[in-house]
Amino acid sequence: MAELHKLTITELSEKLSAGECTSVDIVTDILSSIDARDGAVGAYLTVDRDDALDQAKMADEARTAGKASPMLGIPVAIKDLLNVKGQPCTCSSKVLEGYTAPYDATVIAKLREAGAVLLGRVNMDEFAMGSSTENAALGKTSNPWNLDHVPGGSSGGSAACVAADEAIASLGSDTGGSIRQPAAFCGSVGMKPTYGRVSRYGLTAFASSLDQIGPITKTVKDSAILLETLCGLDPMDSSSIDVEVPALGEQLTDDTSLEGMKLGLPKEYFVEGMDPEVEKAVRDAVEHCKSLGAEIVDVSLPNAKYAIAVYYIIATAEASANLARFDGIRYGMRLDGKDPAELYAKTRSAGFGQEVKRRIILGTYVLSSGYYDAYYLKAQKVRTLIRSDFTEAFKTCDAILSPVTPTAAYKKGEKTDDPLKMYLDDILTTPVNLAGNCALSVPCGFTSAGMPIGLQIIGDDFQEETILKVGHAYEQTTEWHKERPSL
Amino acid sequence: MSKTHEGMDVGYVAKLACIDLTEEETTLFQGQLNQVLHYVEQLDELDVSNVESTAHAIPVFNVFRKDVVGTSLNHADVMANAPSSVNGEVRVPKIIDQ
Amino acid sequence: MKYEATIGLETHVMQKTNSKMFCSCKYEYGAEPNTHVCPTCLGYPGALPVMNEMAIELCCKAGMLLGCEINPYSKWDRKNYFYPDMAKNYQITQADEPLCIGGQVEVEVEGEMKTFTLERIHQEENAAKNTHVAGASLVDYNRAGTALMEIVSNPCMSSAEDALAYMAYVKQIMQYGGISNCDQEKGQMRSDVNISVRPIGQKELGEKVEIKNMNSFAFIKDAIEYEIDRQTTLLESGGSVVQETRGYDPDRGETFTQRTKENAHDYRYFPEPDLMPVQVPEEQLKQWRSELPELPAQRQVRYVEQLGLPEYDAGVLTADMATSDWFEQAMQHTKNAKAVSNFIMGEMMRLLSEQNVEISESKLTPENLAEIIELIDAKIISTGAGKQVFEMIFNEGGEPKIIVEEKGMAQVSDDSALEGWADEAIASNPQPVEEYKAGNPASINFLMGQVMKASRGKANPGAVMQMLKQKLDA
Ligand SMILES: [Zn+2]
Repeated sequence: MAELHKLTITELSEKLSAGECTSVDIVTDILSSIDARDGAVGAYLTVDRDDALDQAKMADEARTAGKASPMLGIPVAIKDLLNVKGQPCTCSSKVLEGYTAPYDATVIAKLREAGAVLLGRVNMDEFAMGSSTENAALGKTSNPWNLDHVPGGSSGGSAACVAADEAIASLGSDTGGSIRQPAAFCGSVGMKPTYGRVSRYGLTAFASSLDQIGPITKTVKDSAILLETLCGLDPMDSSSIDVEVPALGEQLTDDTSLEGMKLGLPKEYFVEGMDPEVEKAVRDAVEHCKSLGAEIVDVSLPNAKYAIAVYYIIATAEASANLARFDGIRYGMRLDGKDPAELYAKTRSAGFGQEVKRRIILGTYVLSSGYYDAYYLKAQKVRTLIRSDFTEAFKTCDAILSPVTPTAAYKKGEKTDDPLKMYLDDILTTPVNLAGNCALSVPCGFTSAGMPIGLQIIGDDFQEETILKVGHAYEQTTEWHKERPSL
Repeated sequence: MSKTHEGMDVGYVAKLACIDLTEEETTLFQGQLNQVLHYVEQLDELDVSNVESTAHAIPVFNVFRKDVVGTSLNHADVMANAPSSVNGEVRVPKIIDQ
Repeated sequence: MKYEATIGLETHVMQKTNSKMFCSCKYEYGAEPNTHVCPTCLGYPGALPVMNEMAIELCCKAGMLLGCEINPYSKWDRKNYFYPDMAKNYQITQADEPLCIGGQVEVEVEGEMKTFTLERIHQEENAAKNTHVAGASLVDYNRAGTALMEIVSNPCMSSAEDALAYMAYVKQIMQYGGISNCDQEKGQMRSDVNISVRPIGQKELGEKVEIKNMNSFAFIKDAIEYEIDRQTTLLESGGSVVQETRGYDPDRGETFTQRTKENAHDYRYFPEPDLMPVQVPEEQLKQWRSELPELPAQRQVRYVEQLGLPEYDAGVLTADMATSDWFEQAMQHTKNAKAVSNFIMGEMMRLLSEQNVEISESKLTPENLAEIIELIDAKIISTGAGKQVFEMIFNEGGEPKIIVEEKGMAQVSDDSALEGWADEAIASNPQPVEEYKAGNPASINFLMGQVMKASRGKANPGAVMQMLKQKLDA
């Protein structure tokens, strides 16, 4: 029964249906994998051992009683900004010390309904603000491929635990690349669904108009299966959109032909300063898709270069309001003061880390009296241009191929002193959040130093089906996803 | 927007955001944020006077709920989360009208 | 130099919804603290707002009743400020695209009809309730997030009387429209008052002072008068008014500085990403318009024209919606409008004011009154007895017919009983009989009194009179 932790959702689901193993077996195996590796990787903030085994038992009983669902009995790790009833939800911040979530996020409720096993909560950049999981107050996470390297961020724990076989799959959230970039850095598959596809109810907000929850998995098919579980209109989230949820998992078959598919290549996405190894791996992947029958067309996203500027205005502005609620009054950390104003200032100064404070200040500034039009309003208008670029591009292609990041995972501490440099790394991922459409990150090679490289497959609004199909075809005809880090 | 950021007073903005910064933080952020604002100035290249602004990437309208009472939270859970409470109310330092 | 005041009002009205504005928690005044709260109205991480459809309907209907245009596109904004009554430390409100735009009302001020115009009505959410104890403040979030409209008038009033008449009118309309109970003691109607003073003839307005958050009409009147006086005195003595926010201290009858312009909030409004804009479809608006209730002015006309009431009665009855509704309910059970009106304006209003209760709290139901009137009209009881029954039921409750029976209040019209008393009165009082016969008709009243006395008040006075005349004239 060994090695269950190395398998995928698809493989485990088959084994479970065939009665070859139980969910308790899987969870037991995963727990020992966590014991063996997490000391080095540091993906988890908390592992809910007993609870996970109880859920596994219930899943097994449900299966005996006739329940069938692809996620039934599959252990999943949760990014620690999703509310899970009765558990902490720290967002890797001191300010939420002592908070117990009194409710389940909609995605958590959906996972429970599907019979998935919630393993525990994984590390992240504080309030999802960061690209390396170095801005985390409560834990340090390493890249499983090289422990001196960052796992990416902000969903660094979610990507690292899947890459290290410490979870079969995980949930992350993506505001400017926070699923795709760590997935690329850790050699996992990460999906940023279309805005409104997955309910945000219960997701601690960073930038409400950009945030989306999505899966991080070992394969594209797993991504499809988990995403299908998370999707759907939610009356608790006004931005959740009423579109049909296609059978995402089922459509991915052994047929790996991309005949008839037009894939766009945006020249603006091969940016200055890009690691030549990354560029080569992505260009090779493009060639590979061509060999599968896809037609490659040039597309242009001329305003994508403004994405970082626009993103860091809009995201920080929204964050400055979203994070105002962490004030020490109703929950979480409190440092008392002689009046409420002093209490707020003391609590927030001690509770937030530097990056969070920096972004709150930037966001407060761009909204403040006299600057709103110059910064916020202008950014919202350029956002329109960025979205129109995609609308135009998708008139001539079905999906767009690009790198996820300009470089592979870098060493810890390399960029922590230079926020702008760190921000610029998001240049290839933020346009999609601003435009609202979907994108997938799939492993497409390694650098000479042995760090994974990611291929980004960008789709139009609600075209997850298409990008999953492209990703699946690419993955099934390459070997990259089979590589595991040696831990 | 060019040059506007020269006047960004990190201390003042931090106060608006109810954050106390140390002197080192103020100096550090001042430099870093001015760099970011300088970077953002590239948006000046664009004439967006005739462009609509986007608040929601995928806009929908009229998302309502019926006026029906649902379940509220368990009072004890609410109080357990509050760092300080008295008689079922959340206790805060005396509010002096600002 | 002469000075004139300019006044504008921002009136906050809590709507009559079952649940809160953006979550499904119940709004209930006086509930145990923090029992109607959820992640959304407590500002917990991850919670999201969803619009209450009824609040939007009520806000639009309020706008229709106050002559506003309904904005074809309205949206939501966040207003950022830190305060312990604001769970998220931002309030969801409408900055540049409110639900209702413009509007105007015709209001009678001291006998003169005046037109006051509105700037807008926007929808927002209410704050939590703070109470203050020794050394600390306490927060109850039950009220946090309840549906609140802000009705903003233009600076178009010039006196405390204008402001009060305007507010009374708004209150009346809100009650009639079923928009709000506007119970000021429960904080369901509160106003911020903007006041400036300028020399008569000056075009631009003077520096504006805002007095925040007052719920009592009496205090608002005092505060406005105090403030006009203060500003005028300042200007007369060559000083200048400082733009600021002031509070009103009812104990001292004075306003005081709360926040100066330099310390004004920077609210950093921006579009609320968690809520979608509102575009009420034309058919929906049509539907709502058709559901608008009859307003007091229309009711007044109907009472006069269809029910034949005097203008005065119609005015008194419609002044307050609860009274008018009570009247209408009684009219479902009787045709005698004037009698119902008399009882409401007389006994009812006397008892309500003596006992300081609302008409809704009266134990006497509209059906009870209709029945009392029926008994009087059928001459079963006298009007005086009717008033007694009214008061008894008002205080204790009960059924008019049963009370009349139990207390033996029915009038005696039965000829044989009356005949006995009449004969006895004539026999034992020869002098008034003589006088009557000698041509002094008033003398019959003495005999009448004797009969009533003998019957212990139960004799039907009309029947007695007829009987006596018959006997004496024979
Ligand atoms: Zn609530």
